[in-house]
Amino acid sequence: MVDTIVFIVAAVICLSGAFGVILARNPVHAALMLVMTLFGIAVQFVALEAHFLAAVQVIVYAGAIVVLFLFVIMLLGIDVSQSLEIGAMQSQKIAAFGFSGAGLAILGFLVNRVDNAATGRPPVGGAINDRTTNVSQLAGTLFDDYVYAFELTSVLLVIAVIGAVVLARKPTRAQVEAGGESEGSDA
Amino acid sequence: MEVTESWYLVLGALLFIIGGTGLLIRRNPLVMLMCVELMLNGVNLTFVAFSRMFSDIRGQTVVFFVLVVAAAEVVVGLGLVVAILRRQPEATADDLNVLKG
Amino acid sequence: MLAQLTNFEAPSVDWWILAPQMILVGGALLILLLTSLSIRKIPSWVSTLIAFAAGLATFVVAMFLWYDVQDHGARSTLAGALGLDGFSLFFTVLTALGVMLTTLIGDAYGSRERMAAPEFNALLLCAATGAIVMAAANDLIVMFIGLESLSIGLYVMAAMHLGRKVAQEAAMKYFILGAFSSAFFLYGIALVYGATGSTSLTHIQSATLTLEVRGTPPELLFVGMALIIVGVAFKVAAAPFHFWAPDVYQGAPSPVTGFMASVAKAAGFAALLRIFFVALPGEVTEWAPIFSGLAILTLIVGAVMAIMQNDVKRMLAFSSVGHAGYVLVAVTTGTAEGLASALFYLFTYTFMVIGSFAVISLIGWNDGHDIGRYEGLARRRPLVALAMTVFILGQAGVPFTSGFIAKFYVIQAAVDDELYAMAVVAMVAAVVGAFMYLRIVMTMWSRDVEAVDAPPLAVSWTTGLALFATVAVTLVYGFIPQSLIGFVRDAVPQLVAGG
Repeated sequence: MVDTIVFIVAAVICLSGAFGVILARNPVHAALMLVMTLFGIAVQFVALEAHFLAAVQVIVYAGAIVVLFLFVIMLLGIDVSQSLEIGAMQSQKIAAFGFSGAGLAILGFLVNRVDNAATGRPPVGGAINDRTTNVSQLAGTLFDDYVYAFELTSVLLVIAVIGAVVLARKPTRAQVEAGGESEGSDA
Repeated sequence: MEVTESWYLVLGALLFIIGGTGLLIRRNPLVMLMCVELMLNGVNLTFVAFSRMFSDIRGQTVVFFVLVVAAAEVVVGLGLVVAILRRQPEATADDLNVLKG
Repeated sequence: MLAQLTNFEAPSVDWWILAPQMILVGGALLILLLTSLSIRKIPSWVSTLIAFAAGLATFVVAMFLWYDVQDHGARSTLAGALGLDGFSLFFTVLTALGVMLTTLIGDAYGSRERMAAPEFNALLLCAATGAIVMAAANDLIVMFIGLESLSIGLYVMAAMHLGRKVAQEAAMKYFILGAFSSAFFLYGIALVYGATGSTSLTHIQSATLTLEVRGTPPELLFVGMALIIVGVAFKVAAAPFHFWAPDVYQGAPSPVTGFMASVAKAAGFAALLRIFFVALPGEVTEWAPIFSGLAILTLIVGAVMAIMQNDVKRMLAFSSVGHAGYVLVAVTTGTAEGLASALFYLFTYTFMVIGSFAVISLIGWNDGHDIGRYEGLARRRPLVALAMTVFILGQAGVPFTSGFIAKFYVIQAAVDDELYAMAVVAMVAAVVGAFMYLRIVMTMWSRDVEAVDAPPLAVSWTTGLALFATVAVTLVYGFIPQSLIGFVRDAVPQLVAGG
């Protein structure tokens, strides 16, 4: 009974936050709504016995990534970040309908079919057991099955660092001239 | 009613759909980036639900990698937003210089 | 608590399998270290040289490993996360060649457009690492991280020309759609994990055999596969997921566009081929129809839309969509011969497209790529025009170029598999597409033109070398394709479980 109530409350928090993100006009509100969703998911993680992930979810996602968003919004100023727009893609609205339709179809299938499947299936490996803690089990797979993926994330982070440095640089005059956009014409 | 894993799968799918729809209907790159985060969180929830279903810890380990990827994407995406907006005042300053002499 | 740690046994490492990635990442780190630690400003050719050397070393190591694999068989390392087989080495060689050519072209472009050379080359090497990982991964999560390394590297590279707002807006568009498609790919992985209980390709392969026994709904795997296909279709610019391609190809710096159209596309197909031909061959009746639909649509869109463009970069963007269609035809067959023809196509296309964008980077000063600029190119710079003609005719599939053999090989594989309708569409698309290619060639060789108001075309020796190499490869494999056909037939993907 408690499980059901926890699930429903957390799910409502998640979904209202998600709708808030896509409907809020002000990006600051959207970012705060995102925190709400992330918090709801952290609750679901606890319910699914992924305790360490729940902590990481709050610390890294809500604590670092959303703060990064807010920081950039502050850097740009609320007015600028609210009026920010990129050009529409071809037939974007149709794509949105197609996407949500297809998504709901998948959803209907999930509701119907998955429930009775996969019960009593033997674990393939790295089984969750009660003798060791969640953290040490995670560490075990992180440095065994997924050790290469773990090392590879360092390449990803190097790319992100170079990218941030490159993109944060101001264009020099020579670059603007080489770019061929005559000054002031379209900017 | 008992909460089964498929409830979590449905919630994950819903988050994925809401995020994807939001990405397609909004024009603001900052909000679009947040929609990507919503989609990735839906996937995370799916992974953890399957992990519980199979009693297989690796489904949870995957979430770490998604987290790193999401962080890297956000850094580059926000960098692009800043880079695009940097050009605006920059061009005006250049114009002033040109006019002066 | 510490006692538990002593039970941990780290997976064994085969350093040779990791060598190509380590050389590339090492090169990138060396460039970054030198640039940031040196007191005086380092000339831009130093980073180009390091990146080229890293590409060359990767090529040499990959060829060495190739003969090793042919003699001793495939193997895997790090708990089976990364495989070493003919297939992964084929793409390692392809990526290394792509890196070498792109550094050569990027050197002259970078100094003309004042693009930061060290960052460009470091990002190129990191992105190439991602491409190699995609082809070699034996685990979907490793493949995903490889895909992201490649994509995020490319987002930044597309925006690297800081002086051009158009480039950055195109990069933003590319980034948003790329992140969207990555989320699809990842959700597909999650559903495949739900259907099979693992992200390792070896386990997925064995789990698909016992799906019914374990009572997994088959639709779960099917939806997962479909989402993975959609995710990769965005990356390889297959219709109807191609709409970012023209804007991004046009906006990105030309050397980056060349890399995007060749190595990134090849890596996307490598991921598709590895997942579907190796891990899910038993589900071929499920996934082949999806690919055939994509292939036909892609061929039509690529051929028809290319005709309507007046910007050479946009033309080649749609032509690149069309080329993805031919490779998809080869993928649809699901046969060994189809696989070989797909690899042949990707190999030859890499050289033609990098060569084309090398010429475009020469002509596109001030970021103008209107076809009018190519008028009378043959009179001003006959050798450049000749090289461009070879690339364009090669992409059109004219005999005695490698492009002809590639198209012929793909269509033959489709006919062998009794996919007659697709073979017909592919041939018609080739004829329609030829119109656009011939228009470029006619413009270049037209005689009656007034003097074009253009700065003299400076061809640096690095770009010249790249042009010479790409023309040579295109022509040589057009006349004697046997050695390359042998190479692609030996590039078989294999799964080896981790020890």
